[in-house]
Amino acid sequence: MTGAQVANALFVATIILYASAMFGHAIEYAFDRRAPKRGKVLVASGGEAAASDETAETDAAATNDAAANDDNAAEVPVSPVAARAAGRLSLVLTYLGTIALASSIVMRVIYTGRWPWGNMFEYIVGMALAGMVTWLILVAGGHVHRRLGLFATFSVTMVLGTSVRVYTEAGPLVPALDSYWIIIHVTAAIVASGILLIGCVFAILHLLKRRFDRRISEGKTPGFPLNIAKRLPDATVLERLTFKTHVFAFPLLTFGIFAGAVWAHFAWGRYWAWDPKEVWAFIAWVVYAAYLHARVSGRSARVNAPWIAILGYAVMLFNLTAVNLIFGGLHSYAGV
Amino acid sequence: MRRSPLRIARSFGRRWWHQLTSMRTALLLLLILALAAIPGSTFPQRAISLTDVNDYYTRHPDLAPFLDRLWAFDVYTSPWFSAIYLLLMISLIGCILPRLGVHLKALRAEPPDAPRRMEILPYHRRLDGGANESRARAALKRHRFRAVRRESADGTVTIAAEKGYLRESGNLLFHASIIIVLVGVAVGSLFSWYGNRILSEGEDQAFCNNLQQYDEYGLGAYVAETGLPRFCVQLDSFAAEFTNGGPTAYEADITYTVGDAEHAYDLRVNHPLNIDGTNIFLIGHGYTPVVTYTDRYGNTETRRQPFLSMDAALNSEGAFKFPDANFNPETGEVDADAEVGFDAVLVPSFDTATAILLGSEPELNNPVLALTAYRGDLGMGDGRPESVYNVNEEQIASGDLALLNDEVEVIGVGDVMELDDGSTLTFDGVEQYAVLQVRYDPGGPIVLGGAVILMGALLPALMVRRRRYWIRWNPDGTVEVAGLNRNAYDGIAEECDAITADIAPDAVPPTPRTESEATIGSTS
Ligand code: HEM
Repeated sequence: MTGAQVANALFVATIILYASAMFGHAIEYAFDRRAPKRGKVLVASGGEAAASDETAETDAAATNDAAANDDNAAEVPVSPVAARAAGRLSLVLTYLGTIALASSIVMRVIYTGRWPWGNMFEYIVGMALAGMVTWLILVAGGHVHRRLGLFATFSVTMVLGTSVRVYTEAGPLVPALDSYWIIIHVTAAIVASGILLIGCVFAILHLLKRRFDRRISEGKTPGFPLNIAKRLPDATVLERLTFKTHVFAFPLLTFGIFAGAVWAHFAWGRYWAWDPKEVWAFIAWVVYAAYLHARVSGRSARVNAPWIAILGYAVMLFNLTAVNLIFGGLHSYAGV
Repeated sequence: MRRSPLRIARSFGRRWWHQLTSMRTALLLLLILALAAIPGSTFPQRAISLTDVNDYYTRHPDLAPFLDRLWAFDVYTSPWFSAIYLLLMISLIGCILPRLGVHLKALRAEPPDAPRRMEILPYHRRLDGGANESRARAALKRHRFRAVRRESADGTVTIAAEKGYLRESGNLLFHASIIIVLVGVAVGSLFSWYGNRILSEGEDQAFCNNLQQYDEYGLGAYVAETGLPRFCVQLDSFAAEFTNGGPTAYEADITYTVGDAEHAYDLRVNHPLNIDGTNIFLIGHGYTPVVTYTDRYGNTETRRQPFLSMDAALNSEGAFKFPDANFNPETGEVDADAEVGFDAVLVPSFDTATAILLGSEPELNNPVLALTAYRGDLGMGDGRPESVYNVNEEQIASGDLALLNDEVEVIGVGDVMELDDGSTLTFDGVEQYAVLQVRYDPGGPIVLGGAVILMGALLPALMVRRRRYWIRWNPDGTVEVAGLNRNAYDGIAEECDAITADIAPDAVPPTPRTESEATIGSTS
């Protein structure tokens, strides 16, 4: 087998591992009947004063715990113990998948003798790896529950599945890409995109949970797909996670754009010329800056903040795919 | 009481100023700016490619003038785009200045005293004595808090401490740096200039820095056409390296002259030459086929003509024109309708095994020229600008140029194409050219400085948390401590527990961590 074939085999293994992990997490998510951990425990000593809007959401969470416990435990086909075992196994599979993905990239590096960010396929694969590593760090640090791995593996598997459609044979780089600035620029952009992918997942989950809570408080029974949100953590917890991931990714994104401008100066003779890729990077940056502002500028803007975060990711994806395929411009010589 | 018009105008102005400098407005302007940037990527831009704009005019003759009136081809210099970012700038300045005042005051002020009821704070513990003042001060110092001691008449002693001022400093600096970047961009657009030049190898192809020598150029509003610095550049040799059919390195050896001094430089992509602030970049390359035309009277003329590459395999197109050919030595006149022109495609790697003309590799493995010859009036004398890359199509259409070969003739290096009047075109060989961009942008360093500050300031602006810690010795002998985070901060309880443990190790066991401590002031 050549290096490229090994890389491809590892890539396929990654998708299988992630898909299996997704399946296992789904079992855990559906059948582990423990009530979701309460986001806020009002400790006796001295009394924790929560901001009033957060208290309201805690009430909603309490209601939905009750809803969760209403289910008839006798009817479940998988016991909670087995479901948790499936979850643990899935986490192991996720680790293995991530190792396989990283090895696949390393194999491509060895085979091509260059940094693995030369085309759209490689970019997407790098983003998936960054996203999954972010996810595993969050789980290992106890910031999120393993069970939510369902959504992380789902989105990363989708991303990897899509990347196959733009698969490019591993090959050498054109001269303009032969610079250490590409390593800095593209690495920063890829890592930022990976973290933002996870941030976007949190934003979506937060919105789902929020709507679910509202239905419950209106006395309605939410149907599919909203009832997925039943076992999610508190809306406030999800909101906080969304914010944290974005706060972490934003400086990286900023640095990535900065490094891109420095590189453009050396390679193309100008640091910024509103090339389509640059335009859309600018738009993404501005949208994320708007998200950070929305979160601190009053109640109504704060309610809309997750939508702005999702819009930001939509712009990132648009820049990654459509701009390469449709608009052309200087960046498109990086290949599909 | 009637209010004077002045007062009304003042309050009206103040209201609008508050509106403009509110964060909600900034948010809206940011989103509008993002929206306004989109057309610049969907319509061709003059500043990027004039050719694409002209193409657009040809393809949409009705729509284009209308779009042009909306500045669709100059989005980033359009009045509406400028209006948005100028409003954003004003709003930005309007929000920085007052916050700067507040922050400077806060930097000098002492941390505020503890609230009367400390138990309402997010972190609060009662200590069973054992906390002495000097120990508390030392602990707070070790945790890098700024602390102040207060004593009230009833004997209550409090120490108030605060840290994390860097967040607001970073935040203000970050917002200010955006203004620096924009100033740099503005300086650049007023004082910068650039020129693009296709430079073939050889001493006779050298060029000097003035506008006539550039194939394409742009000048900032405040740059005089004659004010460019003096220097000349010559391409000694050019080499391109290819691996698996793709270019992997270009190397241009150049000689440049400033005043009387001659210097050599090894110009590469990503490795520009800097002459006193003017940068010369290698931004592309291509092939220059060399041909010799021998007319019916035996006069010869040699042409080195840079061709434009059409694809990644460097199949390139261009034209050879000989408007002065067929000068009859006997009559002393040029024959009527004897101008000759050739439309040509250069194929660097012609594959003789297939019937396909265009090659798939950019290297010069088997270069051929595919030629179409015309004779008649090239139409070059009429003063209209015309492309050097093809023979004038209008002249062909009007019959002023006659097509000489129905089938494209393909010749290799050293081969000769013969025309019906006995004249010949010889393919002598292929040289290389480099595409250079010469650019001067005094705004660049300002933008760079602003961007570096921006990134340096962003980290503390986002990562640092402002928090306060109090310790109070009540007259009844009890001791209370409390903590408050002024930004969203999950770790406030752990941090305060650590400080408390330093102050009074045995006084109170730390409370177990809850999943998330309440935060107030997260909407600060
Ligand atoms: C009128 C204009 C603006 C106002 C009034 C404003 C106001 C603010 C305020 C008050 C914060 C602090 C949030 C906090 O305490 O957490 C902030 C943060 C921030 N601003 Fe602005 N801003 C403006 C324009 C801009 C612009 C044009 C950008 C860049 C596109 C920007 C990017 C940011 C970023 C990235 C943060 C995050 C830092 C943080 O959360 O502390 N701002 N802004």
